[in-house]
Amino acid sequence: MNNLLVLPMILPILMGVILVFLRPYIRVQRVLSVLTTIASAAVAAYCLQHIHLNGIMRLDFGDWLPPHGILFVGDSFAMLLVLVACIVSSIILLYAFATTGFETETMFFYPFFLFLMAGVNGSFLTGDLFNLFVCFEVMLLASYVLLTLGGRKTQLKEGITYVLINVLASWFFLLGIAYIYGVLGTLNMAHIAVRVAETGQGPLLTLIAIIFMIVFSLKAGLLLYFWLPGSYSAPPTAVAALFGALLTKVGIYALYRMFTLIFIHDPIIYKIIGVLAIVTMVAGSLGAIAYSDIRQIVSYNVIISVGFVLTGLAIATNTAFQGASYYLVHDMISKALLFLLAGTVVYLTGRSKFNEISGLIRNYPLVGWLFFLTMLAIAGIPPFSGFIGKVYIGLGAIETGSYVLLAVSFLSSIGVLYSLLRIFLNSFWGETIISEDDQKPFQKKIGLPLVLLAVLVVGLGIGAELLSPYIQDAANTLANPEEYIRAVMGDDLE
Amino acid sequence: METLITLLVGVLVAVGVYLLLSKEMLRIILGTAILSHAIHLLLLTMGGLKKGDVPLLTETAAEYTDALPQALILTAIVISFAVTAFLLVLSYRVYQESGRGPGLRGRQDE
Repeated sequence: MNNLLVLPMILPILMGVILVFLRPYIRVQRVLSVLTTIASAAVAAYCLQHIHLNGIMRLDFGDWLPPHGILFVGDSFAMLLVLVACIVSSIILLYAFATTGFETETMFFYPFFLFLMAGVNGSFLTGDLFNLFVCFEVMLLASYVLLTLGGRKTQLKEGITYVLINVLASWFFLLGIAYIYGVLGTLNMAHIAVRVAETGQGPLLTLIAIIFMIVFSLKAGLLLYFWLPGSYSAPPTAVAALFGALLTKVGIYALYRMFTLIFIHDPIIYKIIGVLAIVTMVAGSLGAIAYSDIRQIVSYNVIISVGFVLTGLAIATNTAFQGASYYLVHDMISKALLFLLAGTVVYLTGRSKFNEISGLIRNYPLVGWLFFLTMLAIAGIPPFSGFIGKVYIGLGAIETGSYVLLAVSFLSSIGVLYSLLRIFLNSFWGETIISEDDQKPFQKKIGLPLVLLAVLVVGLGIGAELLSPYIQDAANTLANPEEYIRAVMGDDLE
Repeated sequence: METLITLLVGVLVAVGVYLLLSKEMLRIILGTAILSHAIHLLLLTMGGLKKGDVPLLTETAAEYTDALPQALILTAIVISFAVTAFLLVLSYRVYQESGRGPGLRGRQDE
């Protein structure tokens, strides 16, 4: 039964390898890749229910018992993210079918899409620190290729920055791993947690914790986000949506895992994360307001939400973890939708500055109203998906009396609303600039993925009740790391 | 021995950082390669340098060398090899596209 745990990673890898050999058969590639993502999503959904009923799942590769072997651990937090990642990427695939050109598609677009998914899912599921590094690299190498595929000048330029910054981040990751192996002599995350608790988190371990914080902050875009707006606005829309929805979330997940499981004994860490989150939200809001390029604004919105999710980690109570889990799920879906909409607007008009576009809602009413809906959802207006996460994080902040965090995080919502409302008012209202004769036709196959994502956004808002048992499981494992440790190490702990 | 290797790691990091801070693409790539060598040596040193026999179960050996750091390095070397190859190809493409030496010159409006 637990063997199922490896499927969300191994299915995309195997299928990706097979698709390499099916290079000329685009249609076959499309069908197989979307089937793979849907199958992974189905497995993840089944596992999520299984974890809810029977507790955390564990898979020891080659039957090497922990702490000796590499293992996958499926807890609700990880599995929830895997499920949403699979669903969102299958919808993005539908968009990619419609918009990716034939040339790019034959240059191994789908295999690398699947490799990226495999890396993301593996990072969520692994229970071993070095394996986390390897999964990160699988994901990153695929993302390097997807970012530069097509070879436009901006892509190449941003590609070099993106690759170099990630090489450096990986270097720090290895540094952290080397130090932790030197100090504790183990790389199994649960085992590290046990040993940190035994030896006490002295200055040396806090230093290592801060190295890991730097690494994952670079990946997540927490404060160290300077590379993000450029490289997220350069690639084709479908790839940008995939990056915006998944890549930063992996960094956020790693931060949560590190600082709810392993380095939990030094409160200074949470203060640092709180300060970083505040600076990120403020700077992200300023960036979102400062630019007039739609894709830049959307990228800065990713940064704001990274800051917002990590306030949940800084508060570190069960309620805040619930809020963060809701918000992460919401953020993956709504950021994918936002990136797709921004890309669609740029594609339809051929311009990327919002003050050069106006009156789009008359030409493309569907795009206009979907943009409006997404804006409300991301700002956290009640019937949609962003609301409930914001409420729970806010409740957590009130419980612990962190009012500064509360104030900044809710003010950042206004930044989000303002930056997106500006696009909406300028680009969608006003005089139309495109006459009915020369407007580009809006194809149904572009509309379908947008509508599907919008249905998810609304559904998540209205049907939050259905998801709540899984969210509570996720928050419980985050708030009580003993459960995770017991599931991996057995009852006797050592 | 461990101290010596650690000093060597320090020197390599210094060289790597110096190269990374230069403006030319090839030097930067070489910098990342040297940095990765430094971190591999550090990984090896952290597990303790060779202390005993090969880690195969025999009855005579009193002490075994820790095999894990070597497995880690092997993986890390493969990854850094792949990334360096990708970076080289990427910078070659940039060179082809821009028609001049692969230097980093910043944006036009800066």
